[in-house]
Amino acid sequence: MEAATRDDTPLVHRALGTNVSFTRTLVAGDPTEAFASAPVVRRQRLVNQRLVPVALEARCVIADYDPGPDKLTVITSTQIPHTIRALLAKVVAIPEHRVRVIAPEVGGGFGAKANFYPEEPLLAYLSRRLLRRIKWTETRTEAFQATTHGRDQLCDLEVAADAGGRLLALRATIHQDLGAYHQLFSPHVSGGTTAMITGCYAVDHVEVTLKGVFTNKTPTDAYRGAGRPEATLIIERAMELIADGVGKDAAEVRRLNFIPADAFPFETAIGIRYDSGNYQGALDKLLANADYTALRAEQERARREGRLMGIGLCNYVEMCGFGPSTMMSSGGWETCEIEVRGSGTVVVKTGLKPTGQGEETAFAQIVADRLGVSLDDVEVIHGDTDLVGEGIGTFGSRGMAVGGSALMRCVDTIRTKARRIAAHLLEVHTDDVVFEDGKLHPTGAPAVARSFGEIARTAHVATDLPPDLEPGLTAVHYYEPTGLTFPFGAHLAVVEIDRETGWVTLKRHVAVDDCGTIINPTIVEGQVHGGIAQGVGQALFETTIYDEFGQLLTGSLMDYAVPKASLLPSFELDRTVTSTPVNPLGAKGIGEAGTIGSTPAVVNAVLDALRPYAMDPLTLPLTPERVWRALQQAAP
Amino acid sequence: MTKVTLTLNGVERSDDIEPRLLLVQYVREVAGLTGTHIGCETSICGACTVLVDRRAVKSCTQFAVQAEGKAVTTIEGLGTDGQLHPLQEAFWSEHALQCGFCTPGMILTAHQLLGASNMPDEGEIRHALEGNLCRCTGYHNIVRAIQAAARPN
Repeated sequence: MEAATRDDTPLVHRALGTNVSFTRTLVAGDPTEAFASAPVVRRQRLVNQRLVPVALEARCVIADYDPGPDKLTVITSTQIPHTIRALLAKVVAIPEHRVRVIAPEVGGGFGAKANFYPEEPLLAYLSRRLLRRIKWTETRTEAFQATTHGRDQLCDLEVAADAGGRLLALRATIHQDLGAYHQLFSPHVSGGTTAMITGCYAVDHVEVTLKGVFTNKTPTDAYRGAGRPEATLIIERAMELIADGVGKDAAEVRRLNFIPADAFPFETAIGIRYDSGNYQGALDKLLANADYTALRAEQERARREGRLMGIGLCNYVEMCGFGPSTMMSSGGWETCEIEVRGSGTVVVKTGLKPTGQGEETAFAQIVADRLGVSLDDVEVIHGDTDLVGEGIGTFGSRGMAVGGSALMRCVDTIRTKARRIAAHLLEVHTDDVVFEDGKLHPTGAPAVARSFGEIARTAHVATDLPPDLEPGLTAVHYYEPTGLTFPFGAHLAVVEIDRETGWVTLKRHVAVDDCGTIINPTIVEGQVHGGIAQGVGQALFETTIYDEFGQLLTGSLMDYAVPKASLLPSFELDRTVTSTPVNPLGAKGIGEAGTIGSTPAVVNAVLDALRPYAMDPLTLPLTPERVWRALQQAAP
Repeated sequence: MTKVTLTLNGVERSDDIEPRLLLVQYVREVAGLTGTHIGCETSICGACTVLVDRRAVKSCTQFAVQAEGKAVTTIEGLGTDGQLHPLQEAFWSEHALQCGFCTPGMILTAHQLLGASNMPDEGEIRHALEGNLCRCTGYHNIVRAIQAAARPN
């Protein structure tokens, strides 16, 4: 990637005259002065390697043009059916209202299916041209070659601290490998790295330079975490470098530098406004749950026995719940529609496109709880643009925070109308109607209650409604978030290294995550489990290798190491709950947190086990070969 | 074309097929049972796992004609009379699936494991699942589900 920026390197896009797509520099405070006068300065080169998302279902597209109604139907495995509809209309030149995009059950996305791929307009074009239904399914090797990759960042990090371990300044020069072409989100992914580079810590002097570089590789774009895992690895390595530099425990150095819990909302040096947080609280709970003191004592014993045991920490904060619309190119809102049938059953239509996150369940729970209907009487519909007309989709851990908030608005509208109808039937004022457990009654008179089903029937039969009220019991809302959410947490990994082979065994992974209000704890834990596994994959196993001619060498699951069950322990999870003020649910998002928190914890654990040996550059993943080579160095 | 005769989910059937037809293609395209998935072409991911004479096999690396005279069970054949199989029930109640793409293969691999061992420990379960990749769950709840299904009621 660095080679791509040299003057004598062939150009990917000759017309541009350079392989550097963009350069951005952010400066806060006076980093030059801070570095010059700091007693402790440490440097490290970090390689966030190129990863392949590997949704287990490869992409598939079916295009079916029907000349009768002049209608194009495209079935595609995507996270963003409405965006695909808009772009198909544009590229294939067919009016958008004659395009229907269906994303049925999708076998995992992880960001790589939040893109507009050439096969979608190509098949649409061919179907229209040939008047045939056309299907294309990616092979796994094609998925490795042509579905977007993630990460691939090189960071030169410098960090300055005082003698006590307080972070004074941070400087990072980041090269982002964009691959050959920009994709839907690509410039924003590495922007997420610069935005979150100061992590959970208060620091005044920051300088970040970001270069987006074109290379002759597969394009990179969003992959679970999308920019924030990279930032977290950088800042969490910075904490370890400082701890090393001042001879203090890594947990203690983090404590010294946390943004205090009473400082929220907090604006970071580079201008990101964190909504709410309690980083110290998460770390304290983590250290207690993992029994940190006992672990350090055990590590001492292991060292005396000649065993290489390591303990790694990570305090992360991430940025999600995207929009608001002002920071998105085509809307950061989300839609929801609730239709209550005359029988009292409920249809929920969401503009989100879950690919396994379980919003169908969580949304049904909210509706069942707030309207007092049975879970079996709620149907959640998504992923068909003829059934759900407008939406943005599922990415950036926005489902509950943004889509869930749209749902809450709808539920409130339904409740309000139901109370007005009940007030009319009961001949009381609306303010005097209590709506609880699916029943509506005047305050203090539960005996005369009307069921929600009766209200729904009244709304549909429409013979006894207040004169100013329309029939039906339906609500539609577009929810525009007022800001981003910043979930956080603390992860701890315990590893043991085989001195002979360099093999790293992850013995324990303990996590305390805070995603604000939780609707369904089982689903939230499931998101964290899967996130941790992918983050461990980045730390220890997964890498994408091209040869010098640009040939992909890791083009199948035989060559690309997705973590297996036998390589992972059961995870030990706990949580704190710090709700966000930016949406009515108080929910922050949990889709990516596990991935963001786990990689640095595992990396820090491996480097802790390797002491006094170091790794610079620090290139992920920490394969047996890299670990073994580190162990062969002369002791410093 | 070659005739293959086998029992699929308890029903005997004969089909004229290409000798080179993979078992997974036979199951999906000839028999129309799309619960068996294709996640790779290299016998790594295990999404295509089916039972052949009660043994879990990756149907992407076996020809359909190799199943001649044998009993093939896919995920569609596991439950009976509209009732979920205890493993399916356990995967559901333990939240052992997210996108669900690996789930049929996972369940059939677990089926073989539980046929061989009544109460496998966590290490044995994780070892048995080595040939089945899941990208969503981190395996945590899959292990729990198999333990729950193994537990005598």
